[in-house]
Amino acid sequence: MSKPTSPLWELTVCRTKEFLREPEAVFWVFMFPLVLAVALGFAFREKPPDRTPVGVVAGPAAGDAVAALQRSLLLQPRVLAEAEGREALRTGKISLLVVPGPPAVFHFDETRPDSRIARLAAEDALQRAAGRRDPIPVREELVTEKGARYIDFLIPGLLGMNLMGTGVWSIAFSVTTARNKKLLKRLLATPMRKSDYLLAQMLSRLSFLVLEIVFLVGFGWIAFGVAVRGSFVLLLAICLLSALCFCGMGLLIASRVTTIEGASGLANLVMMPMWLLSGVFFSSERFPNAVQPFIRALPLTAVNEALRAVINEAKPLTAVAPQLAIVAAWGLLSFVVALKIFRWR
Amino acid sequence: MQTPSSSAAEIAVTCRGLVKRYADVVAVNGLDLAVRRGECFGLLGPNGAGKTTTIEILEGLTLPDAGEVEVLGTTWAQDGRRLRERLGISLQETQLTDKLTVAETLRLFASFYEKGRDPEEVIAKLALEEKRKARVGKLSGGQKQRLAVACALVGDPELLFLDEPTTGLDPQSRIQLWDLVMGFRAQGGTVLLTTHYMDEAERLCDRVAIVDHGQVIALGTPRELIDSLHAANVIELGCEPDLPEAVLRSVPGVAELRRYGPNWRLAVGALTESVPALLATVERSGSRLLSLSTHRATLEDLFVSLTGRALRED
Repeated sequence: MSKPTSPLWELTVCRTKEFLREPEAVFWVFMFPLVLAVALGFAFREKPPDRTPVGVVAGPAAGDAVAALQRSLLLQPRVLAEAEGREALRTGKISLLVVPGPPAVFHFDETRPDSRIARLAAEDALQRAAGRRDPIPVREELVTEKGARYIDFLIPGLLGMNLMGTGVWSIAFSVTTARNKKLLKRLLATPMRKSDYLLAQMLSRLSFLVLEIVFLVGFGWIAFGVAVRGSFVLLLAICLLSALCFCGMGLLIASRVTTIEGASGLANLVMMPMWLLSGVFFSSERFPNAVQPFIRALPLTAVNEALRAVINEAKPLTAVAPQLAIVAAWGLLSFVVALKIFRWR
Repeated sequence: MQTPSSSAAEIAVTCRGLVKRYADVVAVNGLDLAVRRGECFGLLGPNGAGKTTTIEILEGLTLPDAGEVEVLGTTWAQDGRRLRERLGISLQETQLTDKLTVAETLRLFASFYEKGRDPEEVIAKLALEEKRKARVGKLSGGQKQRLAVACALVGDPELLFLDEPTTGLDPQSRIQLWDLVMGFRAQGGTVLLTTHYMDEAERLCDRVAIVDHGQVIALGTPRELIDSLHAANVIELGCEPDLPEAVLRSVPGVAELRRYGPNWRLAVGALTESVPALLATVERSGSRLLSLSTHRATLEDLFVSLTGRALRED
């Protein structure tokens, strides 16, 4: 065995080994976001627009009506007995029930958007089949822009969530466990510098940061074509700053608690609102305007916005500066308070 | 308590008038100590006597409410960090990281010291070679405790603090640990340990301070302390119906008499004098002898004599 080198290095190496020897921790950091990305990526994958099921009440004109409706790309007609059709409409199995005319009668629920679209499409199809001529010619140009799909929205959000989870858990668990087992106190009885210990916790966490980013972004790119359109350097810088910020929050959570249960409760209290509000799985714009200032001040919201700006929209540093300022402020505040109230025993 | 006449250079640890109060108890209540360089000094007392609080104050981990502490000629306030380089400490209930190996743990602790020892050398010395690649979580209690002491020794300390080093260990592990401590002392190191095992104090310590309710109630070499009983032997007696105290006191050679559960304990001088007389007394009073045993007086008996309580009740 070579001679031990600097305490900071040895502490960092030991903490990293400890992490890597915890299979559960490795799973949550590396595999869980991938599993989520795959599951959600498939659930929301691109496919031709669904045809809306509509019913046609059985009768002599039913065959012609079905043929006419089938010509519309939006509708999936089938023939039903009247009672059966009403039942299907009521239970949402079809969006519209057509009684062939003349006059044609449309049964539908006006509050259902799919029903309203089906009604318009059905009338259009029936009128055309009956020989309607449109005075204005129309041409369609369809867009499916990359960077605007759900998976493009999701991958940066998962990355942000992972940066938060890993930062908070890795620091909070490791420090709380060490305090609980009186290891902090034992370390305090050596000439070790306290700052070395805390710094090593962070360095160790940052040491697998690059791997995490490569894993998740690389996977998104290969499996779903989610490209990083902006600067890689900027992306890395955002990740680094975010990781440090969440390390600070982890340290704050762990600054006094003596049990894992306590740390875990506090961590959930801190992170749960951000999972919901900060736009990981759906845009935070969906929440009422009144709470928007609060949501936008959350660190994970700022991280997610910055990541999306760089990954999806190729924005420069200047565009994400306000978000980075929010992240830096949270990080700094957490560190200062954590160090002030930190208990070694 | 005797004050050592030796000069300050020969004193490793002193404290005067140490007081530490917690919310509702006074853990240490005006405690004085002087540990000489090169000796193995033991704090012996029951659980809750204030031993751990005292040793942690001396280790600079707990601040006393009152009193002065001097360690290796300096104070914690003056030179705390430099002082840590010269001490080896094993706390009562530290659990080292389960996921690291023995070698990794020692290497980590060695890195904290400017002139630490080679971890491999310490591993060999503590007979942990076979376990050097084993995770800490897989070690036995005795091996863990040896590793804890190894972590204290890896900084090549002048002074070793051990808080209850053998509590909960099997006899073989205790003896291994005692050998370690004796080896360290033989090379000129100073040891301050706490224990509630009287045999540990008797076997290992050059001098012992008996601590109760946060104060030193007796101090000396184990031999001196036991001799201070003026009774080299103890007889434990049970009979039915029980004999009154006055009758037993009249037995020749009885220095002290005490209840011990349903039995009596008599501190006596020579067994050859007291045992026949005691048996004659029992016979005369028409009582039936249930049990009779004797042992050489120990620190335990001294503690009982001083406090009226056993060392390991509570």
